[in-house]
Amino acid sequence: MSTEAALGGPTGTGTPGERSAPPAPGTDLPPLTVPVTRTLIVAGALASRDYQDVHHDAEAAREKGSPDIFMNILTTNGLVGRYVTDHFGPRAVLRKVAIRLGAPNYPGDTMVLRGTVTAADGDTAEVRITGTNGLGHHVTGTVTVTVPAERPAADR
Amino acid sequence: MTGQGRDGEGLPGGDAAFEAALTAYAGRPAATEGVGKDPVNAAMIRHWCEAMGDAHPAYRGPGAVAPPTMLQAWTMGGLSGHQRRSPAHDELFALLDGAGYTSVVATDCEQEYLRPLRPGDAITFDAVIESVSPRKTTKLGTGHFITTRMDVRANGEPAGTHRFRILKYAPAARPAPRERDGAARPRGERPRPVVNRDNAGFWAGVAEHKLLLQRCGGCGALRFPWLPGCNRCGGTRWDTVEASGAGTVYSYVVLHHPPFPAFDPPYAVGLIELAEGVRMVSNVTGVRYDEVRIGMPVRLEFLRVDEEVVLPVFRGGATSGGAPDAALPGGEG
Repeated sequence: MSTEAALGGPTGTGTPGERSAPPAPGTDLPPLTVPVTRTLIVAGALASRDYQDVHHDAEAAREKGSPDIFMNILTTNGLVGRYVTDHFGPRAVLRKVAIRLGAPNYPGDTMVLRGTVTAADGDTAEVRITGTNGLGHHVTGTVTVTVPAERPAADR
Repeated sequence: MTGQGRDGEGLPGGDAAFEAALTAYAGRPAATEGVGKDPVNAAMIRHWCEAMGDAHPAYRGPGAVAPPTMLQAWTMGGLSGHQRRSPAHDELFALLDGAGYTSVVATDCEQEYLRPLRPGDAITFDAVIESVSPRKTTKLGTGHFITTRMDVRANGEPAGTHRFRILKYAPAARPAPRERDGAARPRGERPRPVVNRDNAGFWAGVAEHKLLLQRCGGCGALRFPWLPGCNRCGGTRWDTVEASGAGTVYSYVVLHHPPFPAFDPPYAVGLIELAEGVRMVSNVTGVRYDEVRIGMPVRLEFLRVDEEVVLPVFRGGATSGGAPDAALPGGEG
């Protein structure tokens, strides 16, 4: 993989969908597969200004009881937010993101993000998220997203 | 006799006074008048979006806003560290470091976004320590959860709230999972049975490969585990009966978490009902952890764990051809 491709981010990147709001509760979002590369872990840590050594220094991570470096929570948070806005399209605005981490994302693993709309009220939806990797649940959480109706052209 | 943790050995963290000192930090400030080192800016937004693979159009071009999930990133100390952390925060961390809880891992993040952040916005923040948990043992090690809540402002206006939970822990001494996959699994020492005046006769029997039950000298009721008095009539006289070794699985659990050095999860722990009617907790061997069933017939056998310890365990399954590594509780081979 070239450096450029590696920095292009997790697979599944594409033009955010043009779906319009709001989906019915029970709707499943298509899954997003995220290869957990060393590059993603380090790039995410640095982009979030998190210089804890366990996110970039494997030896230091091992001294702290971890088998390798692992993804920081800010990167998981960013990926969860991206997963939801990718699905809800260019007008989607995140209102709340609440996540809990479980099994760490180590290099070489693959995380699959899945989501289900659990509630919808007007232009706002609540989405239950899980991200599973080879060890189990990496992340569980709830995202609240608003997708304002398209305004008349004059307003934009 | 399984699942006996010896977590946190050597750490003073179980001490009630220590825990009281920790919980006293609840409500105290974690950061006061914090200032984001950089104003919200297009370069950091672009670096974030590249790392996350986020192509949302709202985060690019004229009129761009920052991805809301960057909220915490604007408050990070970076390589040069934090300058506005409170004395209470530093004291709490020093207390935990001093007790051996030197490592940190984040577990929860709950954010609410009140207004978009745009390039040029100046970030300020205050944070409070909401709670410090009692000592907990996790897969990573033993430690305390610390929950903080931060209010983030942009140009002085409320922009978002950020609740964050970390585990401050003492790393568990354990082999890395990848090393454990090898044939020779480094193992911790199995927890020792606690032998005392009341149960010494039981362990003496086990040493001779006999499972001895107590029988009340008054009412004749059998009892297990060993106790000084009868739990039916209160009588204190007793003698022993050797169990036949036949039994069934009355109930069971499968342990996945937390792992202890001597055990290799997942494994089944059974509540075995002996033919004599009493029940005891033990390992079910010879069948996979996920094949143990209530009502399954089992047969007593004695497992030599190491030079000092022999344990009564129960072999399930109709045939005697169990896993070759029956010494591993519920071992999958």
